[in-house]
Amino acid sequence: MADWPLLSILIWLPIIGAVFVLALGRNPQAARWSTLIVALATFVFSIPLWSGYDAPAGGFQFGESHEWIRALKVFYALGVDGIAVALIVLTTFTSVLVIVGSWGSIDTRVSQYMAAMLVLEGMLIGVFAATDALLFYVFFEAMLIPMFIIIGIWGGPRRVYATLKFFIYTFLGSIFMLVGLIYLHMKTGEFSIAAFAQAGLGMREQTWLFFAFLIAFAIKVPMWPVHTWLPDAHVEAPTGGSVILAAIMLKVGGYGFIRFSLPVTPDASQEYAWVIIAMSLIAVIYIGYVALVQDDMKKLIAYSSIAHMAFVTLGIFIALALVREHDNPDAARLGMQGAMVQMISHGFISGAMFSCIGVLYDRMHSRMIKDYGGVVNAMPWFATFFVLFAMANCGLPGTSGFVGEFMVILAAFQDNAWIAAAAAFTLIIGAAYTLWLVKRVIFGEVTNPEVAKMADLNPREWIVLGSFAAAVLLVGIYPRPLTDLMETSVQQIVTALLVSKL
Amino acid sequence: MTEFNTQDLITILPEFVFLGAIIAILLIDLFLKPAQRDITHWLSLAALALTAAFVCHGAPQGGPISAFGGMFVNDGVAVLLKLFVLLTSALSFVYGRHYMRERRLLLGEYYLLILFATLGMLLLVSAGSLITAYLGLELLALSSYALVALNRDSPTSAEAAIKYFVLGALASGLLLYGMSMLYGATGTLDLAQIRAATATVQYPNLLAVGVVFVVVGVAFKLGAAPFHMWLPDVYQGAPTSITTFIGAAPKLAAFALAYRLLDNGLGGMSQHWTLMLAVLAVLSLAVGNLFAIAQSNLKRMLAYSTISHVGFLLLGFVGANAAGYAAAMFYAVAYSITAVVAFGMIALLARAGFEAEEIDDFKGLNQRNPWYAGIMAIVMFSLAGVPPLFGFFAKLLVLKAAIDAGYLWLAVVAIVFAIIGLFYYLRVVKVMYFDGADAAQPTLVLPADLPLRWAISINGLALIVLGFTWGPLLDWCNRALGL
Repeated sequence: MADWPLLSILIWLPIIGAVFVLALGRNPQAARWSTLIVALATFVFSIPLWSGYDAPAGGFQFGESHEWIRALKVFYALGVDGIAVALIVLTTFTSVLVIVGSWGSIDTRVSQYMAAMLVLEGMLIGVFAATDALLFYVFFEAMLIPMFIIIGIWGGPRRVYATLKFFIYTFLGSIFMLVGLIYLHMKTGEFSIAAFAQAGLGMREQTWLFFAFLIAFAIKVPMWPVHTWLPDAHVEAPTGGSVILAAIMLKVGGYGFIRFSLPVTPDASQEYAWVIIAMSLIAVIYIGYVALVQDDMKKLIAYSSIAHMAFVTLGIFIALALVREHDNPDAARLGMQGAMVQMISHGFISGAMFSCIGVLYDRMHSRMIKDYGGVVNAMPWFATFFVLFAMANCGLPGTSGFVGEFMVILAAFQDNAWIAAAAAFTLIIGAAYTLWLVKRVIFGEVTNPEVAKMADLNPREWIVLGSFAAAVLLVGIYPRPLTDLMETSVQQIVTALLVSKL
Repeated sequence: MTEFNTQDLITILPEFVFLGAIIAILLIDLFLKPAQRDITHWLSLAALALTAAFVCHGAPQGGPISAFGGMFVNDGVAVLLKLFVLLTSALSFVYGRHYMRERRLLLGEYYLLILFATLGMLLLVSAGSLITAYLGLELLALSSYALVALNRDSPTSAEAAIKYFVLGALASGLLLYGMSMLYGATGTLDLAQIRAATATVQYPNLLAVGVVFVVVGVAFKLGAAPFHMWLPDVYQGAPTSITTFIGAAPKLAAFALAYRLLDNGLGGMSQHWTLMLAVLAVLSLAVGNLFAIAQSNLKRMLAYSTISHVGFLLLGFVGANAAGYAAAMFYAVAYSITAVVAFGMIALLARAGFEAEEIDDFKGLNQRNPWYAGIMAIVMFSLAGVPPLFGFFAKLLVLKAAIDAGYLWLAVVAIVFAIIGLFYYLRVVKVMYFDGADAAQPTLVLPADLPLRWAISINGLALIVLGFTWGPLLDWCNRALGL
């Protein structure tokens, strides 16, 4: 099995499976089952990726390289480091749960929905696995198409507005990156990301490239102030779409920063790290307050996602500042490691939170907080899970939410105590909006007679929420396997930061 | 003048074969009843295929071959463009037959005019002198004017044809005037000799003024803004099957016209025309994309989209180097293959009394026929330039050509307008996928014309396949330009 092109299998199995599912056409049950089988098979294939990855050695493994376009030296080149392995496993894991979760809640044009989900999964894996910049860009952009369709067909009342905004906004960001990539190709004569990292670039070039990358990835993460597409997209998307969007798609932005911004433009990144750090802190505090006043549950979680993703960008650029300005690679490693753990952890938590809201929505067809109250009386098991995920969302020790944020705040302290203090605000605001949400939805009197009639979790929902809960607790209590997986890769990224291109 | 020799005839053999076939079809068609028009159809396709075989067979192994004292050139560019001209013309026959039959327009003239237009394109593509270029261009243009007017009972068709004719004649006049100046300045009609003479010409200003007129003429024929006025009216007014033809193959010919005149003839004057083309590109991108947003008629929207694509194509010219021309040629091929299926889809959904040319006519298509909705979505995403579809890679190449040529600002302008353009393509997808069908909409009846349905499906899926395997086409374009 060691010789199998594992990454290609992981990318193309879901996409080819999607064609098969589409061909099944009119039989929804067959479409659901075959999609589940494909997603499970993909997940199974991602396990040897984890177990076979030689974490202590680090670097890119499972490499595949075939010439794609000779004239431009474009390669179909794949390879993963520890960070990418973790993200790919997150993708395959979440995709299975999304498909189980949408089993009953999607009942129109099922095969198209399931096929779109599978295509999306394949493309997300492709983004994390590509080591050729053009291949990365192709996956990066192509995944917009299935998401556009998912929000547009199965979304809520304002879905057309939301999905057009989502598509055009993200397209706007990434196309500037395309110009940057073409420019780098002109400099180096090839499209390999490693060659881009080696390219000698002056400060002026680096600055332009840095901002071209920044627009692309900041919109994807999304960072304040280019986050406005996310609440709209989340609110209108069907549950499965929201889960994929929050759990995986946002991570592509963070992944882009470490794959492109840091290695290709290290000096410009250092110069403008304060911009990113400031934007991240604004997101932590300001977006936290915005989340507080939401009366739509999905919107609240969407804003909370923005605030939590700010820790990812904060951790990455704090690490840069620590290496470059304080000559403190140990703390830098901590910050970078924290950012990566936060990516994985947020994937689980946001996926779980959106799944929870999906469970409620399937019963009540409302996302408004005021329509609920006292859900614990009708759905005790659901309430248990919801409270657990809420605790994880506010970073309670023992859950995965704690680990990443704590590491980032620790690292930030080494750079500047004020930054750390501002970032630590999340512990207050995050607790405020999450716990207040729990209070209003789960606890209290049953004011709406409809709530009393709600049935508790069915076995399918049990599987979804139970799996998320296991993941959240596992990473929270024993994060070693995850940190070990990424340790050397993080170390290598941090070491590479030491080298100036000037 | 050189002596007449048989080598010249062998070089131009594909055109002779094609001309012979056209005359044979003309004669055969005279004896056919309207019900037997399918014979003309298949004979026309056979003529195109036969010509393609001769083009392949006559492909020059080494460098370019010229015949008739340099009037006619057969080189890599000519072979590539001829093959795609023949292919897209054949596709427009396949897509148009059902449409024309339902409207009782499936006349012999439809086939013959398109065949003559195609012959004109073949000549134009191989032009080695101003005369050949002009002859080919006029044969194409005159046939096209008549084609647009083919539905003579329709006032919009007649209006479109007159506009096309008047503006087309004006463009030809400007081009001819420019050519006369080139002749006056250099004393020759041969493109290669003009190029050789540019450095030593006695009146460089006369030559420069000639260049301006030639650029204007070429811009008219390409449909670049601000010389695009004819294009939306013609695309909308012509019967859809005719638009399918006019919208695809002649773009390849227009590329050839630009390449032959501006590079082969006026390559030495490139410092004069590159900036002009850059300005034309910006204007085309702006006009095409902004006006397309306001359209509710799909054919008119696609017409404005054509203008914006011409803007992209011109990005390949601003560097005035072979790599740029290769990118522009790739773009022209990609565009014509995509445009032909876009108009073909309109022809597919149309039937007697229902044109299916409003964007709203596509409402809810995904519910009624997911397969063709999928094909149309592929076409729209490809035109918008979203990877992994073919259209994206064409855009990538011309953007790269512009950036390599030092026109970074132009590339940025182009992508800004590409984002704006994204909106109207997405709107078509939105209408098909997110909107429900209206009760008032006529039920969807697809024609039983199997070649039509198969060809559209294959052509649409090819946009995905070519998105993965565009390397050979790029290599071919590069080889054709000697890279």
